[in-house]
Amino acid sequence: MLQIDRWKRILIIGLCVLGIGFAVPNMFYQRVESHNDALAEIAKTGVETPELAAARDGWPGWLPSSLVALGLDLRGGAHLLGEVRVAEVYKARMDALWPELRRALAEERATLGAIRRLPSPEGTLKIEVENADRIARAIEIVRGFSTPVTTLTGAGQQSLAIQQQGNTVTIHLSDAEKAVTDDRTVQQSVEIIRRRVDEVGTREPTIVRQGADRILIQVPGIGSAEELKSLIGTTAKLTFNSVVATGTNPDARPGVGQVILPSAEQEGVYYTLEESPVVTGEELTDAVPATDQNGMPAVDFRFNPTGARKFGAYTSANIGQPFAIVLDNKVISAPVIRQAITAGSGQISGSMDFEGANQLAVLLRAGALPAQLDFLEERTIGPELGQDSIDAGRLSSVIATAAVVAYMIASYGLFGAFASVSVILNVILILSIMSIMGATLTLPGIAGIVLTVGTAVDANVIIYERIREELRAGKRVAKAISDGFDEAMSAIIDANVTSFIAAAVMFFLGSGPVKGFAVTLTIGLVTSVFTAIFLTRLMIVWWLEWRKPKELIL
Amino acid sequence: MAFRLKLVPDNTNFNFFRWQWLTFGISAVAMAISVLLIAVMGLNFGIDFKGGTTIRTESTTAFEVGDYRDALNDLGFSDLAITEVFDPSFGADRHVAMIRIGTTDETGSVSPEQLNQIEAALHQVDPQIVFASVESVGPKVSGELIRTAFYAVGAACLGIMAYIWLRFEWQFAIGCVVALIHDVLLTVGLFSLFQLKFDLTTIAALLTTLGFSCNDTVVVFDRLRENLMKYKTRPLIDLMNLTCNETLSRTIMTAVTTAIALTAMLIFGGDVIRDFVIAMLFGVVVGCYSTIYVAKNIVLWLGVKRDWSRKDPKLAASPFENAERP
Repeated sequence: MLQIDRWKRILIIGLCVLGIGFAVPNMFYQRVESHNDALAEIAKTGVETPELAAARDGWPGWLPSSLVALGLDLRGGAHLLGEVRVAEVYKARMDALWPELRRALAEERATLGAIRRLPSPEGTLKIEVENADRIARAIEIVRGFSTPVTTLTGAGQQSLAIQQQGNTVTIHLSDAEKAVTDDRTVQQSVEIIRRRVDEVGTREPTIVRQGADRILIQVPGIGSAEELKSLIGTTAKLTFNSVVATGTNPDARPGVGQVILPSAEQEGVYYTLEESPVVTGEELTDAVPATDQNGMPAVDFRFNPTGARKFGAYTSANIGQPFAIVLDNKVISAPVIRQAITAGSGQISGSMDFEGANQLAVLLRAGALPAQLDFLEERTIGPELGQDSIDAGRLSSVIATAAVVAYMIASYGLFGAFASVSVILNVILILSIMSIMGATLTLPGIAGIVLTVGTAVDANVIIYERIREELRAGKRVAKAISDGFDEAMSAIIDANVTSFIAAAVMFFLGSGPVKGFAVTLTIGLVTSVFTAIFLTRLMIVWWLEWRKPKELIL
Repeated sequence: MAFRLKLVPDNTNFNFFRWQWLTFGISAVAMAISVLLIAVMGLNFGIDFKGGTTIRTESTTAFEVGDYRDALNDLGFSDLAITEVFDPSFGADRHVAMIRIGTTDETGSVSPEQLNQIEAALHQVDPQIVFASVESVGPKVSGELIRTAFYAVGAACLGIMAYIWLRFEWQFAIGCVVALIHDVLLTVGLFSLFQLKFDLTTIAALLTTLGFSCNDTVVVFDRLRENLMKYKTRPLIDLMNLTCNETLSRTIMTAVTTAIALTAMLIFGGDVIRDFVIAMLFGVVVGCYSTIYVAKNIVLWLGVKRDWSRKDPKLAASPFENAERP
């Protein structure tokens, strides 16, 4: 056990040096952070301002520049856990299906007779066909709209579930299709939220899917969860619909396929609109804040070719008619079409301030959320509290390390000093591995490091106590040390594997603080075994080779 | 001779089983009291498990909890708790309060409008006030969090048990897990007794206690296994005493270093994670105790299969088989 090959020595020392190298940037946190930000900014915009260049040159480019990411509890920011109302999409799908289905059925009106949509629960479409004896033909037509769903569990399932009762046909999404749709809805939502958060340009937001229909959003540096919510919580569903009537009665009965929506500006004004939109926000390619002809804030938008064509066809056919611009189920404005708009661009104006116009542009650009989000968990942590926690964490880590070092040296003398070097390097290694992995340090994570300091000496203690025993048994120094290491090994392995099991459980089952703690604890276990077994041993071997001691007091 | 700080002298020879019935009795009573405390007094669940909203306020001017309460009473929250946070690390001009508002309706958390009302009302009382953190958890999530927390502790116990069963014998696994349950129950009992805040971080602390306690137990078991192979015929009880004495120095040493580190955290780590550190500190003490007085006793009662060769009649018949090696 006391012979260590040269290349092994180089490897051990090399790893330690590497560890120190990767931990160093964390000592100059702010400077490295602005260096990294400046680099990213220059790469993104391609413009190099003197300030950016200065920030970039604040940290030499050849040095490692990865940092331990600070958790929200240390940096301040907002945390949201949202649940996507996946079922909303079912309704949208059915409502979109109706106009197409009506057209297809109407082609065979001669045999089928009149077709009506009956009131039905959300997410289902109920159709009445006049000629009950021709219902089989109607179902055949409906079936034509169904497509096969490919899932992991089984192919060959249809997207639409169709039921017949007398002369009515009820259509809804099949379970397989619902599963596929849910998955897509959540993925889309994650993507859109990411785009919206990126638009405001905060640093390192965490946007991840959790479970079947949840999304976790963590944005450091944002003022409050409210702010974050207003940014992502708005669905920003923009549509352009034809106006059937304007009135003041919110309870008027609209025809099937029509809706009554309130005006966003004028209280008490309600519009009856065709529910299927002429053009939707999905066909929007760009939206920018602008001013209208009166100098008031407005948003300019532009459609893609399909949207532009539809919009052009509609406006040329309906000159003199009003049409409604609907955002999140409110009519923002209902201008009268004066001329065909074929260029594919237009303007939304209304009572908004410049900030509102800017936010609306951001939302429109990022696209609509496919379904609304319910927020299950919201947390805001102020930056001051975060700074306090960092300070307290740093202070307690330093004091804990110093106290443990003092205690180890008092107990084991020189060997205690060796163990102390290992413990300090252990903390450095934890920080460097976290930097490299991009792991997030949280307040419980700091507690994890402090605890690791306490337990990291354990492996050394097991070894040293064993060496003491061997020495008491009358063995020579080198033999006692060698046997001490050998005999202690199985206890060290067993002890660390059990701790590792607890940490792994915390990581996989835990959320938030539990996870943060598990990360540092796990990394700490690995590094403490490395430092205790390899680094301490190397130091002891060096000492043995140098002093060739005849006796050892431990 | 160089100075060495030794909390445990060399070559101790304690009989750890002399008062085994007393110590085990104390453990059993303590566990029963913990269960009773948890049943009667309940736990001071944080919003992670109960749902609701907590607001942490900080101000440079001193305040009366009563003033805050008066300001908020008019807003009509039924379940409102305001506590002032004292901490030695705070300066004279730092006054912190925690306001907890229980779930109000289905959605659970306080609505943004209500939050604005609260903040406005408190601003009236104290213009200096800062809202250092605001956290809301809905009841849907809190129910799930408490369930996963239970699963986590259970899964950790099972995983550890499986590993020890593989590495040692099933008796050791049972001994270790009884010790773990002992530690968890006592720590949760302590939280109930002092009504410390029980939330997700507490679960993390409990799991760490599990890891630590087990770590401790495993080191002793490891030595016991070694001794079992070394001394084939010595009574189990003697071997356990021997093992415990041999490892006592290490047990105390590690417990002390960990306690030192945690105490530093307790004093200087700030109030945000204080309850978390208390849980771990207590867990270290209890874990250390349970290693010596609970885990081994269980193994002793269950007995350990010593003679693996008995099935082989030739070996069992050998007159030298049971001879004790020095």
